[in-house]
Amino acid sequence: MNALLHHAPVLLVAVPLLGAFAVPLVGKLGSGLRRFFVGLIALLTTAIAGYLAASFYAAGASPIVYVLGGRLSLPSGMVAPIRIMFELDGLSVFMMLITALAALAAVLYTSSFWKERSGATLKDSLMLLLIVGIFGMEMTGDLFNFFVFLEITSIAACSLVGFRVWNGRSQEAAFKVMTLYTLSGLFVLLAVGLLYGQYGGLNIAYLATMIGSGAALVDKIALGLLLTGLAMKAGAVPMHMWAPDAYGEAPGAASILLVANSQASLYGLFRVLFTLYGSAYSPQSLAWILIGLAVLTIIVGVTMALVQRDLKRLIAFGAVSQIGYMMLAVGVGFAAMTALQPSDFGFVALQGGLFHMINDAACIGLLFLAAGIVIRRAGTRDLQGMGGIAHDLKWTTAFFMLGAFALAGMPPLNGFASKLMIYESTFRLSPVLAIVAILASILLLAVFLRAFQAAFLGPRTEPTDVMRPVPISMLVSMGLLALVVVAFGLFPGFFVDRIVTPAAQALWSGRDAYIQAVMSGMGG
Amino acid sequence: MSSGMSVIVRTVTRFTYALIIVFGFYVIMHGHLTPGGGFQGGAVVASAFALALVAFGTAGLKGALNRHLLQSLEEVGALAFLGLAFAGVGTAFFYNILANSGSVFGGSDPAALASGGVLPLMNWAVGLKVMTGIASILIIMVIGARKEATE
Amino acid sequence: MTLGQVPFVVSALLVVIGLYALLFKRNLIKMVIGVSIIETGVNLFLVTVGYRAGGQAPIYTYSDPTTLRVLPTPQALTLTSIVIGLATTALLLSFVVFIHRHYQTLDAEKIKELKG
Repeated sequence: MNALLHHAPVLLVAVPLLGAFAVPLVGKLGSGLRRFFVGLIALLTTAIAGYLAASFYAAGASPIVYVLGGRLSLPSGMVAPIRIMFELDGLSVFMMLITALAALAAVLYTSSFWKERSGATLKDSLMLLLIVGIFGMEMTGDLFNFFVFLEITSIAACSLVGFRVWNGRSQEAAFKVMTLYTLSGLFVLLAVGLLYGQYGGLNIAYLATMIGSGAALVDKIALGLLLTGLAMKAGAVPMHMWAPDAYGEAPGAASILLVANSQASLYGLFRVLFTLYGSAYSPQSLAWILIGLAVLTIIVGVTMALVQRDLKRLIAFGAVSQIGYMMLAVGVGFAAMTALQPSDFGFVALQGGLFHMINDAACIGLLFLAAGIVIRRAGTRDLQGMGGIAHDLKWTTAFFMLGAFALAGMPPLNGFASKLMIYESTFRLSPVLAIVAILASILLLAVFLRAFQAAFLGPRTEPTDVMRPVPISMLVSMGLLALVVVAFGLFPGFFVDRIVTPAAQALWSGRDAYIQAVMSGMGG
Repeated sequence: MSSGMSVIVRTVTRFTYALIIVFGFYVIMHGHLTPGGGFQGGAVVASAFALALVAFGTAGLKGALNRHLLQSLEEVGALAFLGLAFAGVGTAFFYNILANSGSVFGGSDPAALASGGVLPLMNWAVGLKVMTGIASILIIMVIGARKEATE
Repeated sequence: MTLGQVPFVVSALLVVIGLYALLFKRNLIKMVIGVSIIETGVNLFLVTVGYRAGGQAPIYTYSDPTTLRVLPTPQALTLTSIVIGLATTALLLSFVVFIHRHYQTLDAEKIKELKG
């Protein structure tokens, strides 16, 4: 194995981290150089992620383990069996690809604002730090490191929400979000402490071997704490109230990273459910709790989006509802997996739910980025004060429409492809749930059509910003996401087979392989 | 706030300021041998800044502590830490290249000051980052509070 | 209840007290204090998990290898968690400073621009 590939997992964290700390120093040399540097770091990170993913899939998608600090052998000849490590299976690599896509789009978008605003250096630095945290959460094989990366994302995300200190609303949002994130982080830490106290280890694979089928009370409490903490951070009802504040107040490019951040928390939830506890302890009731929360999240997200007048909050509630779809699909998959007779539709549900994650990142991201331009042009976030944007901004209009249709699940876009898989499999479990999901989707289409009509159509209003074309890098950034939206919609089978199926496989039956990859190396 | 506190506080601060800083550096230096380390030592040093900030007010500190210099030093500390982690990338990230190498910090006596490989260097990097980081947080908070008072 | 169980009870109490402050106090600074108290409770729990009765500190280089020692891992975890706690508390307090500058109040009930 060549050196770059061998070190790729850690470079994925180390390179943006290096960038995050070097940005303020480079920024002293000039803002043009800084933008170039940030873009370079983002491109490098994406290239590493792409390379890692390509060779991972080429090698048959077996888990990769990277041990930090190398293997330790003490003078006495004793070899420390389990150290801090990164472990990547199909699901981690899939999540890594989503994050890389979001990171590239966000950095490209932010690399040319119309005019340099104060705090731009800080924003670049924090965005890179957030990328570090998200990658770390998705790759780590150690429960405590998961908590550390979770906190890195919390701090970076909240600073991004609140870095516009001249704006009272953003401070209020940042305070709320930080309190909830800290609380969720402490729940996770408490669970980590409980599991460590019980089994004396922090490695996910090791802990997974120790948790027996008749899980002890401690295990159940830890599971409850982990699920509460992670669902809170993913923005599931009833702890969703932070999400619209955060998405709404963060700058446009940061919103897409916040979406990726929520998805990383969701990834943590799946990892805990399927790998840490998995086949050892998986009661049906847990699946139904997940499904119940998911349906509530869908309904609350869509109905709250209906009444919004603020464009960004409207999209944010749309994003909340999509988290519900992912949880619904994975809940259905979990229910099918834990049933006495595991049935195949559960696997389709998992595929659909995971596929929807990357689709959601692309179309919600597209909407947020387009909304950022619209708001900048209109000078207001209130839908009532907008209108006629379509006259001047042709590309932005097209991208917004594409994102809205994809999000609402219109064929032939990507949202349709993944939602169809979710509907099909949910229908097999419970027709009522599928109907609720479909109705919510139609309602969402109505919401976005109304927003589209208010913001883009109608007579031209006086723009507050100077009339200037949208910078080319913003268009490239949105074009990238639009390409994903269209390509994944036209050729869903191609992408599902290559990247989604290994991820779903990792949840469905990959638990033993995940554990084996770490535990088999113990002696050597 | 900007006017500082009473003569007693100021005098005590003058006496203890240097002592606290020296103790902080001691903690950083012996981080690999005794309880403590870069973060703890850095926090101790920063507490000296906090003490001075409270005792003398912001007016006295304007020239002494430049926020931009502090933030640059903070980045340098972070980059030094990461650089040391990158140095081991021939074997693995965070691999301790200096340990047992017989060079500067590669002594074999585990209790000697010059032991521990890259660990003491990392302690210094973290210490630099923490002391400058906390100091700049304090300065920002004080500036924020002062602006508020004048508004 | 034995003496060894007292720290566990105390840490649980701290978490509950902190949650109470977070949920029922209206002053933003008191909410931050609540978060800090929960953090302290969790940290105390972590240290207690690693405690062995009569154990020595795990740091002393020339200690007798046969003596009982306290587990070092939970202490490292606690240390990390304290550092993270410092960062989150500093960030929360900075937000409070700026909120007070904008709204001239620390009452959570009066700061409600973001609703619905």
